[in-house]
Amino acid sequence: MTLQLAPPPRHAPGRRTAPARRMARFDVKGVPYLLVSPYFLLFAVFGIFPLGYTLWVSLHDWELAGDTEFTGVANYGELITDEAFWNAVVNTLGMFVVATLPQMVLALLLANALNKKLRGRLLLRLGVLLPLVTSVVAVAVVFSQLYSRDYGLFNWILSWFGVDPIIWQNEKWSSWIAISTMIDWRWTGYNAIILLAAMQTIPRDLYEAAAIDGASARTQFWRITVPMLRPTIVFVVFISTIGGLTLFAEPVMFEGNPMMTGGTTGQYQTVAMFIVKSAFRDFEMGYAAAAAWLLFVLILIGTMINYWFTRRIGGAK
Amino acid sequence: MKNHKRFVVTGAAMTALLAIAACSGGGGGATPSGSQSSAAAEPVTINVHTFGGGENFGYDEAVKKWNAEHPNIQIKYTNLTDRFEDVYLPQLLQRLQAGAGAGDVVGIDEGAMGLMAARPQFFTDLGQYGLESRKADFPAAKWEAGRNADGKLFALGTDMGGMTMCYRKDLFKKAGLPTEREEVGKLWPDWNAFLETGKKFEAAKTGAKFMDGPNTIYNVILFQEAPKNGNISYFDKSNQLVIESNPAVKTSFDWVTTFSKAGMTAKLQAWSPAWDKAIKGGGFATMGCPSWMLGVIEGKAGESNKGNWDVAAVPGGTGNWGGSWLAVPKQSKHPKEAAEVVNYLTGKEGHVAAFKEAGAFPSSLPAQQDPEVAGLKNAYFNDAPTGQIFSESVKNLQPVFFGEKHAQVKTAVEKVIEGMDQGAVKYDEAWSKFVAAGVKAAG
Repeated sequence: MTLQLAPPPRHAPGRRTAPARRMARFDVKGVPYLLVSPYFLLFAVFGIFPLGYTLWVSLHDWELAGDTEFTGVANYGELITDEAFWNAVVNTLGMFVVATLPQMVLALLLANALNKKLRGRLLLRLGVLLPLVTSVVAVAVVFSQLYSRDYGLFNWILSWFGVDPIIWQNEKWSSWIAISTMIDWRWTGYNAIILLAAMQTIPRDLYEAAAIDGASARTQFWRITVPMLRPTIVFVVFISTIGGLTLFAEPVMFEGNPMMTGGTTGQYQTVAMFIVKSAFRDFEMGYAAAAAWLLFVLILIGTMINYWFTRRIGGAK
Repeated sequence: MKNHKRFVVTGAAMTALLAIAACSGGGGGATPSGSQSSAAAEPVTINVHTFGGGENFGYDEAVKKWNAEHPNIQIKYTNLTDRFEDVYLPQLLQRLQAGAGAGDVVGIDEGAMGLMAARPQFFTDLGQYGLESRKADFPAAKWEAGRNADGKLFALGTDMGGMTMCYRKDLFKKAGLPTEREEVGKLWPDWNAFLETGKKFEAAKTGAKFMDGPNTIYNVILFQEAPKNGNISYFDKSNQLVIESNPAVKTSFDWVTTFSKAGMTAKLQAWSPAWDKAIKGGGFATMGCPSWMLGVIEGKAGESNKGNWDVAAVPGGTGNWGGSWLAVPKQSKHPKEAAEVVNYLTGKEGHVAAFKEAGAFPSSLPAQQDPEVAGLKNAYFNDAPTGQIFSESVKNLQPVFFGEKHAQVKTAVEKVIEGMDQGAVKYDEAWSKFVAAGVKAAG
């Protein structure tokens, strides 16, 4: 077949082949971008644009369905001296720590247990994921009832020990504990499964060698499992940081009404609640947008600290 | 890895924003107003959106009657939520700003009338549809509140609160107190006597508290005191915050502190699930009752409690708490028909029907004088002559002025009262925190 084709005329190489060559070059250089572009287009519409627009709004005194006036960075100035905002930041960070630390340890231990040869292992593994598929609102509603003052389960149990009914919403410590248990109940199993998946990629012979050298199960866990899981732990901590710093549904449901004040004196108002309250209860859109940007910066810092921190666990360089 | 990290980070920001957008969107799924084209033969649909717990605006019967008589203008009546300040109002503002999604006729609570009057760009001038002629039907203050910053008529009055005291007959009996409403009313000519009655009730150890929470009683007293101090509460008529200087606010605050210190409240937050449960289960014995609260109690306490709740005179005489208006947003495609519906619902017929259904006492003067209103008895409350009781309570009534940010200040200061009652705010710091919260909310 090819034999019958005349070779391309030498004197005019460009005229016929240039488009083809351009096409070929486009195929190599351009098409990959075209193929990944839907994600970036969507990201531009739902990610970049809202980010930019929020920034624009945050530079205004922007009232919902009211007047708008350009005020520069005045909102930010007001925000960083606003006690209520910092109270929300402290609450958010506080609940993040109270919820995440035990959650990580629990998830790790749970994953380790599920990695053993157990009867009905698949069922157990599926079981720890169940809390995740229940709706967060349902979880929060049930837990809020467990923590309710008059007929709540926890106050009932405490009453056996002569403890007076606690209004869980009333103090920072009690409300933080209540909300943290909701978060942990929902997410511990999820993180455990991710860690479990990573654990199964650790070569068996490492453990065998260690066992021959006389390493106990505990030593194996801390010296082999945890260091080998480092990248996964980094991932899990990232996700938990993002989730923790945008905490919203649980405290709102815990409050029992959509006022977004997070308790009578803001005991458990998170930054996300602060933003919604500013925008849609006080109708100060500009102020809310500025708070949203500060939250963004906060998450950036939080994620970076976490990244730095998790790199160092397990004796890595 | 480097790129990867960057995406995680931007992803974080996106999650934050999306989370916020998702919560704020409301997503009420309301049908856009007037979706049908107004071709002559097609009937026009007028969406009426309201708020309120229990029986809310009580328009079911009135709407049924209208729809039967007006095949060309059909009303679709939706009660969006039972929460006004933190659900209905932000949603309405968003829809007004977006230019779509609001009803053709929307209910507005008194607390937001200042806010809406300051936004004339969103509402239809009802004067152009001849509704200025309704002026004689309303008390002057109710009528004037429906005029916006441009001096245009944008809203007509529906109900007004009046003021009574609801009480649980069964709990009063258990505590050895009188149970008949005349005698109960005589127990408390003023708030001091109410306090003494409360002490007697608490001493009887019925297992229930004397009152629901701090804020219902706070509002009752505030709206009794405001008319004694120039008809203002948190803002004066030039929209300046007077929370610290208005004696009405301080007096009501002091009374609440007294009740709270005496341990008479069930420490419940009004409009919360626990509050609902206590209304039904007998968690407290009395509650300040504007007329619309009767509908709330009936709705929340349910059929099984029929006869347990009764209604008596309120300590301290007359007062008004609450009441609403109907307005037509400019975005409505059928403003003329919507104005007709407003005219009907705020007319004598609509008022009387709403009173019968939800106990919402008419602000319309002809409706008040209607024998059906004046003579009405409420079967749920042991056939209490509510028509007569509320007529008494609104005599010589002076409606209170509301500033543009009234709703925000109200929410903020009531939180402090709640915190004080539950112990999160110390009694001796409560007043300064109360004032500070109000100042902050007023911006």
